[in-house]
Amino acid sequence: MYWTYLRRELSGRKKQTAIVAIGMSIAVALVIIVNALSAGVSDAQAQALESVYGVGTDLTVTGAQAEPGEGGGPRFDFDEEGGQIGDDGTTTLTQSRLTTDMMRGTLDASTLDSVTAIDGVAAASGALSLTNMTFSGELPQAPGDAAGTDGTQQQMPQGDQGGGQSGGGGFGGGSFGVDSFSVLGIDPGDTSVGPLSAVTLSEGRALESADAGTEVAVLDATYAASADLAVGDTMDIGGATFEVVGLVASASSDADTASNVYIPLDVAQELSGAGDVVSTIYVQAASSDQISAVQTALQEELPDATVSSQADLASTVSGSLSSAGSLITNLGTWLSIIVLVVAVALAVLFTISGISRRTRELGTLKAIGWSNSRVVGQVAGESVVQAFIGGVAGVVLGLIGVTIINVVAPTISSAPAAFGGQTGPGGGSGDGGGPGMGGGGFGTIAQTATDIVLHAPLSLWIVVAALLLAVVGGLVAGAFGGWRAAKLSPAEALRAVA
Amino acid sequence: MTIIDQSVADAAAAPAVPAYRLAGVVKTYRQKGREVRALAGVDLEIAAGDFVTIQGPTGGGKSTLLQLLGALDVPTDGHVLIGEADLATASRGDLERVRAREIGFVFQAFNLIPTLTAAENVAMGLEPLGLQPADRDIRVTDALARVGLSDRGDHRPGELSGGQQQRVAIARAIAKQPQVLLADEPTGNLDESMRDEILGVLEGLNAGGLTLIVVTHDSAVARRARRRLRLDRGTIRDITR
Repeated sequence: MYWTYLRRELSGRKKQTAIVAIGMSIAVALVIIVNALSAGVSDAQAQALESVYGVGTDLTVTGAQAEPGEGGGPRFDFDEEGGQIGDDGTTTLTQSRLTTDMMRGTLDASTLDSVTAIDGVAAASGALSLTNMTFSGELPQAPGDAAGTDGTQQQMPQGDQGGGQSGGGGFGGGSFGVDSFSVLGIDPGDTSVGPLSAVTLSEGRALESADAGTEVAVLDATYAASADLAVGDTMDIGGATFEVVGLVASASSDADTASNVYIPLDVAQELSGAGDVVSTIYVQAASSDQISAVQTALQEELPDATVSSQADLASTVSGSLSSAGSLITNLGTWLSIIVLVVAVALAVLFTISGISRRTRELGTLKAIGWSNSRVVGQVAGESVVQAFIGGVAGVVLGLIGVTIINVVAPTISSAPAAFGGQTGPGGGSGDGGGPGMGGGGFGTIAQTATDIVLHAPLSLWIVVAALLLAVVGGLVAGAFGGWRAAKLSPAEALRAVA
Repeated sequence: MTIIDQSVADAAAAPAVPAYRLAGVVKTYRQKGREVRALAGVDLEIAAGDFVTIQGPTGGGKSTLLQLLGALDVPTDGHVLIGEADLATASRGDLERVRAREIGFVFQAFNLIPTLTAAENVAMGLEPLGLQPADRDIRVTDALARVGLSDRGDHRPGELSGGQQQRVAIARAIAKQPQVLLADEPTGNLDESMRDEILGVLEGLNAGGLTLIVVTHDSAVARRARRRLRLDRGTIRDITR
């Protein structure tokens, strides 16, 4: 008779049952959607980080951040013999420079040995982050200057005229610009840790140990397409001619690799003039339990360096992915909690008012021999079933919401700070940088922007947990109702309605 | 003074245990801030198998007395014995057991559950006994048959007349095979023909040995009883002639 009575009671008060169920279903659906989105954002963040730091990188070690005012812009010096003069007297200038990140210091290459020797480190590799900047432009023949018929060079503006100048140096009509692409010098013999651990070879070959000291390059497939380069072509990097031997693509179809170009580390060090240094050391811990201990040990061993974990790196992710993450974590979570509390409160209120309405009925049941516990159990059961109905409806609603998100698959941008550090303002003009270098250049160039498709993965435990939440809500409401029913004296109940 | 049923006391057979023995029963309760003294020292014996009516003015304590007899409440003072068990000192669990097995209750307003059928309402009275479904169904069928409603088991209260609803309530009360049937104004909401119908059912049950105690305003009902009591301002007296 328990289930018969329960079923008939809920059918008899459909409106109340519907209100409680709707409230609970909205709460449960929100919990499922918010949790799924949170998981999706975490996956997207991991994906964004993987494209930069590779699979299996637990920690990164980078140099100390430069103080404001330190570091200078790249210099493009053109001597009297620089440039080529055309028939019309126009001078064409072009020069490439390979430079490190001015806003962050480098690490001595021997630091890699210190890192590898730390207990708990399974693998480590170093890389040198560089930017290849190519200055190219044309200067028209200066008015009043002798025609360059004998091929002699006209006077050129010196590089120490200070930054901020752009366009032709005082004669008008000239034009010049700066192109850049990112270059990563890596150890060709060890790509198990670091950015190249998260790529697939799409054409040609990867860098090998034998490539050390040779001017060969592997390109990011997307960059190669935009620069119209293919395997077998040559390209200018830092003034040297490199042969393209392979193309790589990110393991994620929605993100690019960490750099446009990959060259052997020793070649990168020599061409940039940086010396025997690296900018980032990628570290893989022996197990996830040891990450924290390894991070501490590294920080003690290298007090001047910055040691970052995945969580620290995740905080560097900017762009709309970061905003989405904050929105879901803060607003989404609080909204779920508030709606759940309101739904449970509704259930409690309706249950208690139901007890008041059923005073005679419950008093009669006690009078004909029903025990207190039996009456309380009946009332609680009605609340739990009401909430469970809402929970099931909420699961369906949540699944629909998650399916819609996965079908729409919104694309959001993310910009994890590549090359191990936060990006900073662009090159300064400390010792008189080249003309036309303007602020903000290096900082924005150094950031790798990727578009990530946001999914909302669903796991069974989220669905079960959300359903359990609804049941618990019903139990809470049932407890309040049961308490009221238990207090009901049959004699008073029957007197009250006599 | 204890009111004793003399006719039973004179019986040649060995004296049976009375269905009820009340000694010095007092009941007070608070209502709207005032203390109400519903029963002021009631002494009473009701023999097993008797048909007793309790009459009296409104507010005289009739319903209170019925609730004490029905183990719905406990006296403020005194003793209420049903068989050998003293309800005045019984625990809540004991009172629940007495209500579940020994006492059947019929209310003026029938107090049926409107969402359940007649058969299901009768079955609700058997829930506390924990019977197997087959045994429960047999008792339900038997109870409905005894009140003449075998063909109305699947009807809801809203589909039955007042008299039929009261018969369902009686079936619910007797399905558990109680010692005593207590009825609080069982014909109060019924017209004359239905009243006679219900009284006929109750008399038939009493004839089968069921102790019947009826609270009523209706003299026509009271006249059908073997013994008549009057409760006025908390005190009781026998008015049987």
